[in-house]
Amino acid sequence: MRPKHWFYTFPLRLRSLLKRNQVEHDLSEEFLYHIDQKTQQYIAAGLSAEEARRKARREFGGVEQSKENCRDTRRVSHIQNLLQDLGFGLRILRNSPGFAMAAILSLALGIGANTAIFQLLDAVLLRTLPVAAPEQLAEIRLNHEGRIGSSVARQKEYSSAQWQQLERQQQAFSAIAAWSTERFDLGKGGEARYAEGLWVSGDFFGVLQVNPVLGRLFSKSDDYRGCGVQGVVISDAVWQREFGGRVNVVGNTLSLDGLPFQIIGVTPPSFSGLEVGRNFDVALPLCSEPAVRGEEPWTNDATTWWLAAIARLKPGLTFERATAQLGAIAPGILTATLPSGYDAAAREKYLRFSFRVLPAATGVSSLRTQYEAPLCALLAISGLVLLIACANLANLMLARASAREKEMALRLTLGASRGRVLRQLLAESLLLAAIGAAIGMALAQGLSKFLVAFISNEGDPIFLPLWPDLRVLLFTMGLAVLTCLLFGVAPALQAARSDPGAAMKGSGRGITMGRQSFVLRRGLIVSQVALSLVLLVAALLFVRTFRNLLMLNAGMQQDNVLVADFDFSRLNLPVERRLEYRRQLLANVRSTPAVDSAAETSIVPLRGDGWNQFIDIPEAGIQRKLVDFDEVSARYFETLRIPLLAGRDFNENDSIQSPPVAIVNEKFARTILGGGNVIGRTFRERQAGGKPDKVYQVVGLVGDTKYRDLRDDFNPIVFVAEDQNWRPDPDSTILIRSSGGVSPLVAGLKDTAQRVSPEIVLGFSVLRTSVLHGLMRERLMATLSGFYGALAAMLAAVGLYGIISYMVVRRRNEIGIRMALGASKSTVLKMILREGLGLVAVGLVIGTVLAVIGGRAARAMLFGVNPADPMTLALAIGGLTLVAVIASLLPALRATGIHPMQVLREE
Amino acid sequence: MTKPVDLVQGTLDMLLLKILALGPMNGFAVSQRLMQVSGDVLQVSDGSLYPALHKLEQEGWITAEWKTSENGRRAKYYSLTRLGRRQLERESANWSRLSAAISNVVKLKEA
Repeated sequence: MRPKHWFYTFPLRLRSLLKRNQVEHDLSEEFLYHIDQKTQQYIAAGLSAEEARRKARREFGGVEQSKENCRDTRRVSHIQNLLQDLGFGLRILRNSPGFAMAAILSLALGIGANTAIFQLLDAVLLRTLPVAAPEQLAEIRLNHEGRIGSSVARQKEYSSAQWQQLERQQQAFSAIAAWSTERFDLGKGGEARYAEGLWVSGDFFGVLQVNPVLGRLFSKSDDYRGCGVQGVVISDAVWQREFGGRVNVVGNTLSLDGLPFQIIGVTPPSFSGLEVGRNFDVALPLCSEPAVRGEEPWTNDATTWWLAAIARLKPGLTFERATAQLGAIAPGILTATLPSGYDAAAREKYLRFSFRVLPAATGVSSLRTQYEAPLCALLAISGLVLLIACANLANLMLARASAREKEMALRLTLGASRGRVLRQLLAESLLLAAIGAAIGMALAQGLSKFLVAFISNEGDPIFLPLWPDLRVLLFTMGLAVLTCLLFGVAPALQAARSDPGAAMKGSGRGITMGRQSFVLRRGLIVSQVALSLVLLVAALLFVRTFRNLLMLNAGMQQDNVLVADFDFSRLNLPVERRLEYRRQLLANVRSTPAVDSAAETSIVPLRGDGWNQFIDIPEAGIQRKLVDFDEVSARYFETLRIPLLAGRDFNENDSIQSPPVAIVNEKFARTILGGGNVIGRTFRERQAGGKPDKVYQVVGLVGDTKYRDLRDDFNPIVFVAEDQNWRPDPDSTILIRSSGGVSPLVAGLKDTAQRVSPEIVLGFSVLRTSVLHGLMRERLMATLSGFYGALAAMLAAVGLYGIISYMVVRRRNEIGIRMALGASKSTVLKMILREGLGLVAVGLVIGTVLAVIGGRAARAMLFGVNPADPMTLALAIGGLTLVAVIASLLPALRATGIHPMQVLREE
Repeated sequence: MTKPVDLVQGTLDMLLLKILALGPMNGFAVSQRLMQVSGDVLQVSDGSLYPALHKLEQEGWITAEWKTSENGRRAKYYSLTRLGRRQLERESANWSRLSAAISNVVKLKEA
């Protein structure tokens, strides 16, 4: 309704609503006046008062009926009006179920796909932590150019020494805390049952201002040096799962890695840690770390970087000011925590580190960095699909509008106002949008759950809160309204502007919507084709990327390999006995049924783990070369089917007493040893504390393998012998090749471990699965973009079919006449096809340009494929053309079926 | 007297608007004026007069005011709004076109 119109009618409607009685009274009075006047007239004409009155009354007709009719016209509430329009719209839609279904389906798919992606994006990027004043939360990061040491946890910023100094000296924050994550075993032997653990400093919950639902949370006094095994804070989820939500759970014991911790409190259900996408089960104070670690606690090592820092800004302080303040105290902290084993170069680097303070209102997340780009790309893609769906709908509505012209014209002559007709049409569109959005919303829930399950996996589960929050709801409603405007308004305006007289007199020829709407429809088709091409190209690029990664040669046979972790730290074996124990364990594993071959390794390949050392080769002038290392048992290369190119594998002759030996890969041999025969060459590893260098002799040469990630280049790798390590860890990672199924193998291994020692804690994963999991992003992009690309092509085909049919109908007479005048069927066919394919050609050209631009923008997500790759473009163009030809052919063939005589007769 | 012609709803609206264009008046006066001006050909039944007037009011083409009439009684007076004037123009134009077309057909000479 136009605003001016509203100005007149709104007060009226409001009045009707509010003063129903007054309105009724007015009606009666108005009628009474009329009857009285009539009565007077008849009296003046000579009738008696009584007769006059009776006649007047009779002529008036049914008073109540009139009143009712007046009331009808009043249409008291705007909402009632709308409901009426909607009801009418519903009836109309029911009369054309085909159209309704097509429209609702494309809307639901488009809106659902968009909302699902947006929901994920929202959960990963936008949601703030459920804590008080999240805008004051800050993450303190360390800038460094690389440093020597161990990164053992997901958090890698600070060592314990650095944290202690930071806590003592900082001035910029009202509260500061350190934290880290680790998995703890809840069980007591056998296969591990992991809980996601948080290491926290005393003031962690204070910084976040989280309050317990039961008991109490840690405070500064809980975190003191040497506290040992004390209290644990559990999450609401663990409380429900493990303790049935019992009220008296405080004081109970919870076994973590075999150690008895006392439960002191429960966190609220809304708190799930600081990391987006991760869950939190239990929290331990930092001071308990040495007790859990056993030997070589991270707390005491100045080069183990395992903590992250979170703080609350002092009110009035900005992030920049805080960074500056930390910059002032940095030198003091760094000097006090300089690791003793560093040489001059390392020391210099260390002292150059600096701090950076960043906002942490939305938590911290590696999930974010990993998936931000793909999610945004997917949102763009699903947005394009929605646009194409809307274009389709617009075309459909336009076609319907021209078909309903006569109906509109009739209604206008029968007295409906243009505003009414417009309102009616808009209500229909709104109805479609509402139903589409509702279904789409429901679809989105299922789809986003599926997406999270897709990118999650057992070793690395992802938890995201997926209930739609206000932002998502607004987004969906915004989409619905936008699509309603896009495809409802244009046709509605056309219909309302139509000239009833002309429409009434029109024959099949005179579609008075004419030129204007046809240009619009053509434009829509061109843009549909262009967008579909972009999506198809994107899909092809992502699929090829994924395939390239899948087929990457890692230098080893990844299939059929199980990774089994045997943790026997609970046996508390002294160091000297461990080597023998491990040898025994390996022998037992090898004799387990279904095991083809097995070997130990310290680094599982392709998991992102790594270990490097500096080596020197004085005779070749090589000093302080950083090289990747791996410590393996004999038959490692056989288990992974890595080719042994020269020399020998490790064997029983290599022991603690014999001189250190090493096996190197080709890359090492070529780039560091300078090629040629490397067997017998040596290199040195410096030792700490003034001891003489360790001299390794190369005894074998193997093929290159990928180390951390499939996408890396082949690096030089040195393999050293497990049996020559006189300080082995109390846990052993064994790679097992088996041609049978996973479950029987795991069962057999559990059995073996049980027989050796029941206290062994076991963990299993399949190598290939974790490698594939590392490719999850690419797999996600390939699958979804492929799906969307196909959908887009289908939508474009449907749209093209629609408009060609419409064109055929429009030019029916022209075609009939042409055929009567002697044009052959093929000429007519060519004529129709030329128009349709002309549109497609324009769309393809525009689409190609857009696709190249888009490809360049998405370059970071591609691998091994050029974004403007001509073959991909050609394939996409070819595919889309084929689809377009088929879509145009069908109505064109129908056109040739038009009988000329039939058409002429109708003229 | 010839039988009064039944009026289609659409045209009734137009006629009412036109009458009111002549000046504000109450419902009774409108129906009287219409009969008068059309030489008793066009008659609105009382039953359909007021629903039509109320509908026009709802659409915002006329407004109403309670005033005292000449004989001292309170009556509801309708007058045309600017929107109504525009609507009247539109409908008159349509009507001219339609009636011209119909006359053309009717005037055709039979073969």
